[in-house]
Amino acid sequence: MPSQSKSRAQRSTAIALPRGTVVVYAVVALISLAGLADATYLTVQNLAGETAVCGGSPDCFRVLGSVFSKIAGIPVAAIGSVAYFAVFTFATFAAFGYQRARTFLAVTVFIMFLSTLWFLYVQAFLLHAFCRYCLFSAAITFLLTGLIVATPRRP
Amino acid sequence: MPSSKAIKSFLPFVIVGVVAALTITIGAMLYRAKHVAAVTMSKEQTVAAQATDSVHARGSADAPVTLEEFGDFQCPPCGQLAGPLQEIEKDYGTSLRVIFRNFPFAIHEHARDAACAAEAAGLQGHFWEMHDLLYREQGNWSKIRDVQPLFTSYAGKLGLDLDRFEKDIDSEKVKEKVESDQNRGDALGVKNTPTIFINNQSVPSTSLNSTALRAAIDAALREKKGS
Repeated sequence: MPSQSKSRAQRSTAIALPRGTVVVYAVVALISLAGLADATYLTVQNLAGETAVCGGSPDCFRVLGSVFSKIAGIPVAAIGSVAYFAVFTFATFAAFGYQRARTFLAVTVFIMFLSTLWFLYVQAFLLHAFCRYCLFSAAITFLLTGLIVATPRRP
Repeated sequence: MPSSKAIKSFLPFVIVGVVAALTITIGAMLYRAKHVAAVTMSKEQTVAAQATDSVHARGSADAPVTLEEFGDFQCPPCGQLAGPLQEIEKDYGTSLRVIFRNFPFAIHEHARDAACAAEAAGLQGHFWEMHDLLYREQGNWSKIRDVQPLFTSYAGKLGLDLDRFEKDIDSEKVKEKVESDQNRGDALGVKNTPTIFINNQSVPSTSLNSTALRAAIDAALREKKGS
């Protein structure tokens, strides 16, 4: 029992991490900012009704104007913004040694990875068109996934 | 003075807070720059105050509702809305008058050429036929490097005098017509295409679909009947 309560306390408080792990989480946080900028830009475009997205590319319009671009009326880009902000938050706290943030970070990035696979499938096989902003976001998510997988589980 | 441990425990909250505040601020600034506020035309800006010979209108001049569209022939959303707009025109018959204004964007390589082609066809009395054809064929000519031969073939398909069409498409008269439409759009604060005005009141970009446009036309009809 004492060991259980100690581990719970460890997870909710900050602990010292090896420098390499801290650097990885800092890099994850920085990369997530690029995703946050991308998703926020698309959210604003969507809310403002801007139609010349991606320099007026028809493929981009086909993707961003499709039924798959919204979930229950909420733009997917807005959900992406929230997800990238969550990744930034968890990665920042993880870099400062908050154990629980590492778990939340891994779960969030895993969900984003699965969503990215689904949206790539939608673009390639259902819409037959690719949006460059979506591909940029997919690249960022894959990079984040790679970094999280490569990060050591234990400090 | 706070200890370094205390600073370290506060720092992640500060970083996350700063990023959240920056994201919201930049997002709001971008939204304000992109968002087109609802516009009501002044009396001098209304279609009724314009010279009618320079206006491409379909439908009765006495129609209680006038829908004025600023469009770009190469803009995908304009192409997507063209079909539903034609359906609306058919369904509302004499109650609706539709006006088209050219608003070609520089980011669309062939948009200005397409606008000139429509205007050149208009000089032979076939503006709307070319308008419909350009939107219908948008997916084809948008991807071609040299569009002029294709536009000439469209003119042939419409039975136009091809020599005259080829001369007119590069004429000052046609260019001036396109520029005149664009100047009107600029004066009205048009930033996106399609931009639609119903009885001189702009329609929000989120309502540019068949259902919302029909609702806006119905509301304009009710308002006309009530007044």
